[in-house]
Amino acid sequence: MIKVSELTYSIAGTPILHDINVTLPAGRITALIGPNGAGKSTLLHLISQQIPFDRGRITMGGLDLAKTTAPARALKMAVVGQQLGVASRIRIRDLVGFGRWPYNHGRPTPKDQEKISEALSHFDLIGLQDRFLDEVSGGQRQRAFIAMASAQDTDWLLLDEPLNNLDLHHARCLMTQLREKVDREGKSVVIVLHDLNYAISWADHVVALDKGSIAFEGPLTEVATTDSLSALYRTPVVFGDLAGKPFVQYHR
Amino acid sequence: MPDKRLIWIAGALLAAMALFLIWGLQGKVWFILELRATKLAALVCVGLAIGTATVLFQTLSNNRILTPSIMGFDALFILLQTGLVFALGGFGYAQLSPLRSFALETIVMMGAAVFLFAAILHRTRQDVQLMILVGVVMGLMFRSITAFVQRLMDPSEFTMVQGAMFARFGAVDSGALVASVVLLAGIGLWLWRHHAILDVMALGRAQARGLGLAYDRLQFQMLCAIAALVSVSTALVGPLTFLGLLVASLAHSLMQSHRHQLLLPAAALIAALILVTGQIVFERILQLQSTLAVVIEFSGGLLFLILLARGRIR
Amino acid sequence: MADGRVRHWRAAHPYIATGVGLILLAGLSLFIGVGQLSFAALRDDPQALQLLIISRMPRTLAALLTGASMAVAGLILQLLVRNRFVEPATTGTSEAAMLGLLAVTIWAPSWPILGKMGIAAGAALMGTVGFLALTRRLPPEQPLLIPLVGLIYGGILGAAATFIAFQADLIQYLAIWMNGEFSGVLAGRYELLWLAGGLTLLAYLAADQFTVAGLGRATSLTLGLRYGQVLALGVVTVALVSALVIVTVGMLPFIGLVVPNIVSRIMGDNLRESLPVVAGLGAGLVLLSDMIGRIVRYPYEVPAGTIFGIFGAVLFLRMLLGRRSHA
Repeated sequence: MIKVSELTYSIAGTPILHDINVTLPAGRITALIGPNGAGKSTLLHLISQQIPFDRGRITMGGLDLAKTTAPARALKMAVVGQQLGVASRIRIRDLVGFGRWPYNHGRPTPKDQEKISEALSHFDLIGLQDRFLDEVSGGQRQRAFIAMASAQDTDWLLLDEPLNNLDLHHARCLMTQLREKVDREGKSVVIVLHDLNYAISWADHVVALDKGSIAFEGPLTEVATTDSLSALYRTPVVFGDLAGKPFVQYHR
Repeated sequence: MPDKRLIWIAGALLAAMALFLIWGLQGKVWFILELRATKLAALVCVGLAIGTATVLFQTLSNNRILTPSIMGFDALFILLQTGLVFALGGFGYAQLSPLRSFALETIVMMGAAVFLFAAILHRTRQDVQLMILVGVVMGLMFRSITAFVQRLMDPSEFTMVQGAMFARFGAVDSGALVASVVLLAGIGLWLWRHHAILDVMALGRAQARGLGLAYDRLQFQMLCAIAALVSVSTALVGPLTFLGLLVASLAHSLMQSHRHQLLLPAAALIAALILVTGQIVFERILQLQSTLAVVIEFSGGLLFLILLARGRIR
Repeated sequence: MADGRVRHWRAAHPYIATGVGLILLAGLSLFIGVGQLSFAALRDDPQALQLLIISRMPRTLAALLTGASMAVAGLILQLLVRNRFVEPATTGTSEAAMLGLLAVTIWAPSWPILGKMGIAAGAALMGTVGFLALTRRLPPEQPLLIPLVGLIYGGILGAAATFIAFQADLIQYLAIWMNGEFSGVLAGRYELLWLAGGLTLLAYLAADQFTVAGLGRATSLTLGLRYGQVLALGVVTVALVSALVIVTVGMLPFIGLVVPNIVSRIMGDNLRESLPVVAGLGAGLVLLSDMIGRIVRYPYEVPAGTIFGIFGAVLFLRMLLGRRSHA
């Protein structure tokens, strides 16, 4: 599990996150939800040590992440951010191949090739593998980065709004893949989601952030209620049931 | 009633000019005075030309950091000059009177500038950074071609015309000077009558056309004027990349106005003032030779970076 | 598997094309110049052999090494700055190296060439770091602002160098450093360039690191790359190569800019694949420029830097005006 304790972070004197205490369970899909500017992405960046923080401690299975080196962390967690703009021209298969770089440092083994092919096929990229990254659509580029993180084959996978550019089909495929990674391989996933229906359909655990603090957190079925979600987004959110599956209505 | 600030700048310029003429005057007074007067006239002409050309170009490109020099106008002029020498042969070129060669160069320059820069302005109007980068690279290209053409010339021919081609403040040709004064007066008169139109053009092509201006024809005329002004300054002293930028931003911050009636004279006078006082400081006080251009480059470049860093350039 | 063979062929043929082209050019280069040289003469005339060994061979090698290392330096810089429009001549690196050289020439003119080169490299390093610090303050969504700032920054350093050189009466040195040409290259006067070649080889060993760094800091970190170290390695390589080239043959602008862009268009930016081709194309184009310079105004010579300045600018303008609007 990842344990965040007394974490505080501010930019130029403006607090972005204050005094965050939260535990992200291992072997689960944890959804990070909350309104815009709540600090979800920042929390993800802090956990993955992409930005240094002022105060607090983040541990993974008892290991202080701030004291680990980048190569060691790369074997434990993979991160897919939101800013995927890349100036260099690189083929999709090569990009996904770099997911194995933490292991082989440029000398791919047959096992690496297998993992790469597996990731390419899981994210429907076989037909695109020889295309350059700047010649595919935003959604396809996003899938390529997710496939790279998947090929990294780490215990933890951190995704920042991965559904942003994906169509219905690929969004659902991605969530299915993540579910399988958790259920079959015992991986842990932390995912920032905006669409509450995806959160309640696929996540096990929810962490809700609001204005830099934890609004509520816990197992999905216990904490995600009509009242808590309505208060979080300051919008009426109604739980319903659609063809036997939970469903929330907030559009109008 | 002229603006008070303009009167102050004009007064300062006159004082600097007087100082330039009489400082440390001794010995063959008339001979020295004549030398100094020629030099002074060249400095003032160059200042007026650069200041005016820069403001005009900024109006045309709808942008506050572009100057004809940054866009490679100077380099183009030198290239054309070199090309002319090459085409006529060093001997043929040397036989032309300075006035004739200057007129010829200016006409070719107008044609080339209108042809090239009208195309660039049209192609890159949406993207200022692209426009600048294209201009800078063209300037580099013109310089390379100039170097190439010079290598193609007979070495003896080249040395023979080198002096004629690259005049400095120190050695100004009086024929070219007279031509410059005439050109400047003509352009000044034209601008005096059309300054209100320039204010409208500064709003941008779409707006100006919406207000009933024949924008493209005016753009053509202005490019011609800019090309002629750059010919004046480059023929007299060679390229000065950042003086125009320095002067135009000074004029803008001093006048706080969009009106060309104020901006154009302010920029022209400030440029002349900087050149004359700079020359006094460097030549008389510091006893340094021919380094004024470098210092102007340096401070103008710094100003450019500061403007960029402050986000004043978009 | 037929599919695999196609992949291999696609991967192999840029190498073959570059290799064959380079060998042909190098062979031709040996027989072009003021002194007449032919195959027959080589067999009978000991002086012809002498000419080959002392002048033609070093000159050809110098052009090849310069082109290869400058192109690779440009590529590395582009990946590290994450901008397609930079190279050592547009980031103040070259001008800073010249400032350093001026300083040694004024204060310690008796230093050995290696020492002078070291000072120049140190100055180039500072200049490049200064540029990187400047670019950090620029908004990333305006890609053309970076080369623009670099050009102005280089212009300021260049003006400072001109001023100092003028005061110290060293203008002619500055002119030599600024105009890359190979006519002065003889055996014994170009060997420093092998160091630049060695650095290029070193860069190839770190090809994957540079490729990953080109994907950005966030991606580099998540893949466990020591981003700071790679950045430092890259900047040091670029500074050293620029200094070496300026000290031995003079600055050659546009090579680091144009060559990586052409190769990237065709092969992409996986350095493991593309770096040899970048080096080869850079080497070939510089040698070709030098050969044209030897022929076009025979028996006089036009500097290779001037020839490439024209072609490079034309190619770069095409790149700028032909790029897709979003790039």
